[in-house]
Amino acid sequence: MNIAALVQRDLRLAYRRRGELATPVIFFIIVTALFPLAVGSEPALLRRLAPGVIWVAALLASLIGQDSLFKSDYEDGSLEQTLLSPAPLEGLVLLRVFTHWLVTGLPLVILAVLLALMLGYPTGAMGVLVLGLLLGTPVLSFLGAIGASLTVGLRRSGMLLPILVLPLTVPVLIFGAAAGERAALGEPAAAPVYFLAAMLVLAVTLAPFAIAGGLRISLES
Amino acid sequence: MSGQATTPLTLSACGVAVWRGDRCLCRDLSFELHAGEALHVQGSNGAGKTSLIRVLAGLGRCDVGEVLWQGESLRRSGATYRAAIGYLGHSNGVKLGLSPRENLAAAGALRHAPASADIDSTLAQMNLYAYADMPCGVLSMGQRRRAALARLLLARVPLWFLDEPLASLDIAGAGLLNEMLNRHLSTGGLAVFATHQPLQLTSSSVQTLTLDRPT
Amino acid sequence: MFVWFHKLASPPYFYRLAERIAPWFGWLSLIVMLAGLYGGLWLAPPDYQQGDGFRIMYVHVPSAWMSLFIYVVMAVAAAIGLIWRMKLAHAVSAAAAPLGASFTFLALATGSLWGKPMWGTYWVWDARLTSELVLLFLYLGYLALNHAFEDQRTGDRASAILALVGIVNVPIIHYSVKWWNTLHQGPTVFFGARADIPPSMYIPLFIMIIGFMLYFAAFILKRLQVEVLQRERHTAWVRELVERS
Repeated sequence: MNIAALVQRDLRLAYRRRGELATPVIFFIIVTALFPLAVGSEPALLRRLAPGVIWVAALLASLIGQDSLFKSDYEDGSLEQTLLSPAPLEGLVLLRVFTHWLVTGLPLVILAVLLALMLGYPTGAMGVLVLGLLLGTPVLSFLGAIGASLTVGLRRSGMLLPILVLPLTVPVLIFGAAAGERAALGEPAAAPVYFLAAMLVLAVTLAPFAIAGGLRISLES
Repeated sequence: MSGQATTPLTLSACGVAVWRGDRCLCRDLSFELHAGEALHVQGSNGAGKTSLIRVLAGLGRCDVGEVLWQGESLRRSGATYRAAIGYLGHSNGVKLGLSPRENLAAAGALRHAPASADIDSTLAQMNLYAYADMPCGVLSMGQRRRAALARLLLARVPLWFLDEPLASLDIAGAGLLNEMLNRHLSTGGLAVFATHQPLQLTSSSVQTLTLDRPT
Repeated sequence: MFVWFHKLASPPYFYRLAERIAPWFGWLSLIVMLAGLYGGLWLAPPDYQQGDGFRIMYVHVPSAWMSLFIYVVMAVAAAIGLIWRMKLAHAVSAAAAPLGASFTFLALATGSLWGKPMWGTYWVWDARLTSELVLLFLYLGYLALNHAFEDQRTGDRASAILALVGIVNVPIIHYSVKWWNTLHQGPTVFFGARADIPPSMYIPLFIMIIGFMLYFAAFILKRLQVEVLQRERHTAWVRELVERS
């Protein structure tokens, strides 16, 4: 198993359909822009809501990207070949989720800086917000990948996936938004950041087994 | 064929039943396949040929009976078995966004990586050399199938599973496949295939397994 | 023990066993629940703060307890089904899920009814109510996935994985919501924290919990019978059973 070659393959494929990858990013921007329109443009209110808005929008945007994680591989038969290769499936899905996060999750984190500034989020607290997103969005990717692996064989997976995955993302949302909020208020934000880091460790170690199991089951019939 | 040529290669099934949903398609299938032999799975549409091949390849679930490779159950042999098999199903497993050359390199990354000269010669053998760097999305269905066959050749595995391998291949392509399969069997490989079109196999030891709907 | 376990896993044997013992659990749960209600509604003294309003606790607390208990049952059965490929275990998960969802809903409904006299509003983002709400979403996700597949067996195995992922998440969700609640200083006035509850108040509560468990046992046996019949509808013993009746 040649890890560099596998990552290169995924990145190359992602680059060739970069239009598709832009969808979650655009979605992220639009959802965030809807909030001031809905709750009013009062700067103090927006500044207070900023971490929550950013996190909810990032969560939904990252879920949108997850549906396509295994779909095309399932449709063109590459997934069968992956399952039948001697390389350990858990390792392969770990790689896949990581590269997928690089091309869908990381742009969201970078863009979040800009959107947070537009909402009036204090620049001094930006580091904590970004750190929280850097730790939290990979967890969202892993949870989304579990849902994607279970629904990849279904035709109407688009609606089902959020229903399965959103309840599982509650802790990430709570700690992520809380970290951003505490930092904005000038309070210590180490506790929620540590929680996010712990969840990332848990996701990296356990989720690949669930994802691999889900893929095996999805391909059985 | 591979480095394991010293040990006799055997694929056997023992009392296997194949299910689709909660319907049993066939039950109590048993056979034994040795090096140099091929198994032709026959049956009408919906008889369960694809399901059987998936069970034998380890993709489908086998609740009843057992499939054995080298006398060891698939449930235990796992990665050793997967290192020994190649599977060509209804879908080619070829990424349309990648060229044939990139596809073969990516498939190689999952196993032992093939040398680029190997990739070139296999592509030439499949008459794909001129298209080696075009994305597979612009190639014809038959050419994509050829790319999938090239992957099978490059994997250098002793046991092939071919599910309707002739689908969308032209006459020349069918000839290539025929030749490929004969060479594979004569060098001690094994093959399980399902096809409606006839293949001319020189190997004398072709077993047939006919699936009938259970009444 | 193992032989008995194996025998229990055989659908026809289990079906007949369930047929025999389910009514016992049913009647027993009725008696225990009536006793618990009598104790809770008549014998227990009114609370000095809440008056008679607290008595909804005798439904609310057992429901909340059952909602978690059933999720654990579901996840354990899912693990057994995945590891030992036991069909009956998957049927247990599938039969338990709607019951668990109903108890969760009951806990939410009684919780919000209880909230009206206590907080003056039907819904407060209290830690326990919020966790319970997320638990309801988990149940709904499980049910949606379980029914999304044409092949029941694939649906069983896929939703079993979801149940296992869920059970790992339930404690994390619970503590994160609790932490979130203290952060935002929400009202936490459920009286579980008070140490001075007289025995005449909490003994009926335990009796009610036992009654709910017995009810669950009776109900899941009946539901399992239906699940088993549906899953085994092509087998000889089910056809025989249908023809006889």
